[in-house]
Amino acid sequence: MSERETLPAKPALQLGVDHDLCPGCGEPLALRMLLEAIDELGCARRAIGIVGIGCYTALSPLMDVDVVQALHGRAPSLATGAKRMRPEALIFTLQGDGDMVNEGLQEVLHTAARGENVTCVLLNNGVFGETGGHMTATTVLGQRTKNSLEGRDAAYHGYPILIGDLLAQLGGTAYAARGSVHDAAGVARTKRLLRRAFETQLAGQGFSFVEILTMCPTGWFIGTARGPEYLAEVLGPVHVLGELKKDGRYVSSEELRARATAK
Amino acid sequence: MTRALMEGSEAIAEAALAAGCRFFAGYPMTPFTELLEHFARKLPAAGGVCINAESELEAIGMAWGALATGARAATGSTGQGIALMQESLAEITRAELPLVLFNMARGQGDYFQATRGGGHGDYRHLVLAPRDAAEAVHLTQLAFDLADRWRNPVVVYGDYLLAHTAESVEIAPETFPPLPPKDWAVDGSLGGSGRSRSVNPLGMTKGIKGIEPEPFWKRLQAKHDAMARREPRWEADVPEGSELVVVAFGTLARFARLAVRELRGESARVGLFRPITLWPFPAEALRRACSGARRVAVLEQNAGQMIDDVRLALEGRLPVAAIGGISSDAAGFGIGPLLDSEEVRARIECALAGREVSA
Repeated sequence: MSERETLPAKPALQLGVDHDLCPGCGEPLALRMLLEAIDELGCARRAIGIVGIGCYTALSPLMDVDVVQALHGRAPSLATGAKRMRPEALIFTLQGDGDMVNEGLQEVLHTAARGENVTCVLLNNGVFGETGGHMTATTVLGQRTKNSLEGRDAAYHGYPILIGDLLAQLGGTAYAARGSVHDAAGVARTKRLLRRAFETQLAGQGFSFVEILTMCPTGWFIGTARGPEYLAEVLGPVHVLGELKKDGRYVSSEELRARATAK
Repeated sequence: MTRALMEGSEAIAEAALAAGCRFFAGYPMTPFTELLEHFARKLPAAGGVCINAESELEAIGMAWGALATGARAATGSTGQGIALMQESLAEITRAELPLVLFNMARGQGDYFQATRGGGHGDYRHLVLAPRDAAEAVHLTQLAFDLADRWRNPVVVYGDYLLAHTAESVEIAPETFPPLPPKDWAVDGSLGGSGRSRSVNPLGMTKGIKGIEPEPFWKRLQAKHDAMARREPRWEADVPEGSELVVVAFGTLARFARLAVRELRGESARVGLFRPITLWPFPAEALRRACSGARRVAVLEQNAGQMIDDVRLALEGRLPVAAIGGISSDAAGFGIGPLLDSEEVRARIECALAGREVSA
């Protein structure tokens, strides 16, 4: 057996480890990757986070970077104003799927279209976790939630929005990617995606976006340990992992899915 | 300082620049549009930023982000667009950010919106109502000062006539007492130090789990109570022996001033009281101004909104009559037949004679 490196309990930019989120939640993992990416890029003293409203809001007191708390859905506009006044800062939003894709869809779309030099980070678990597991705009077809009890039915509830695809097609978007924290490889890849997004911003290339699929066993009504598997089986086939916009080229989720199947 | 002829919108934009405003975001809507145009032309040239927001929701969100970094920032609209901004306005108040918000209203029907607000929870903001472009230049600069002083939004309530009437104004940068440093503003510089900042409307504190809403809301209430005590502003032109006191604000007060002066020249015993702050309403000053009067007439261009504050202020001591009313042009922009000195004079004469004004 090879020697294993034990990482510290918390990244340098985290003020503590105590939080109230559920066991098995993927959001603390995503936060860790976010804070590590900021630190590794040497941006700890120039980062400003704009936090939306969702379970992850409870994590913001743990973040040892400057934070502005926004209303549900409005973070990209706040990020716009902050970046225009402080172009030297690394500005990112932290939003859930309810926040970004339901309530704030137009905000993030316009911010991307404007090519605002900010990074929007989406924690996507396909449910409103904070209210206890309700349908969002990214809930996949067939997924059971408290207000789609028989599973999301396209004829009744409509189709999920692939927000990464919408954003990647806009001229102002320089980088868009979808990662996941359901396994170790996914966690490591997520940090790389975040770093690339931040590097895009630091290079002044325009809007960047990282979607991170996170586990929500409470909101999915499954056992804690089943979270990663459920993510891979239920959310994974729809919200396909990969880079959707890079070097000016848009690669659709469909194409990413075809590539993954061909492998 | 030279005098220049310019429309109210331009005078306000110039005054905002003189006050150090560096950020503006807006969405076009009559009669606010020209204010956005002037900011779009003047701000970038002065080293600032003016963004054509995709909606009023986004305009106020952008201003929120700019304010959080410590910049002087403003947004605006007409009442309809400001209705869309109410959620953010309430939350920005709780985040204690110094927003200046211009309502170039379609008449005076947004009095309740401006003074009561349509957002959630307990919150208050100062409301300044200039009578003309010259006063708007002063009150705009005062708005930025008060916003910073109280760390609270300030609304400047104007209208079509104010925005679009060219008047001779003097844009002289005013000086105000020193302000405390904006050590709360985010610039990212304290990241990793254990003392990073948080601009938060929820009562959250860095390093502390959860929220503490009650003490947080009570602290804000105490601040708003102090604002209510210290910030009432008004102009009282009520000579000894006035039997009638007319109460009017903004543009309509300008018509009332002319009519009241004319009538006094003809020996009528009438005075004029003009609230400059709509919130806090200058209740105590109004009571004093009316102490020798026999009745009060409220002239406002709406179905009767400020009259509630007048009645609250007078606590039933004097009869209060409405002599204004809804009055509009065909487009609904608030340029109604009531905005006419002869019409205003006729209504004040009715009140002097103790007759009711027919709506």
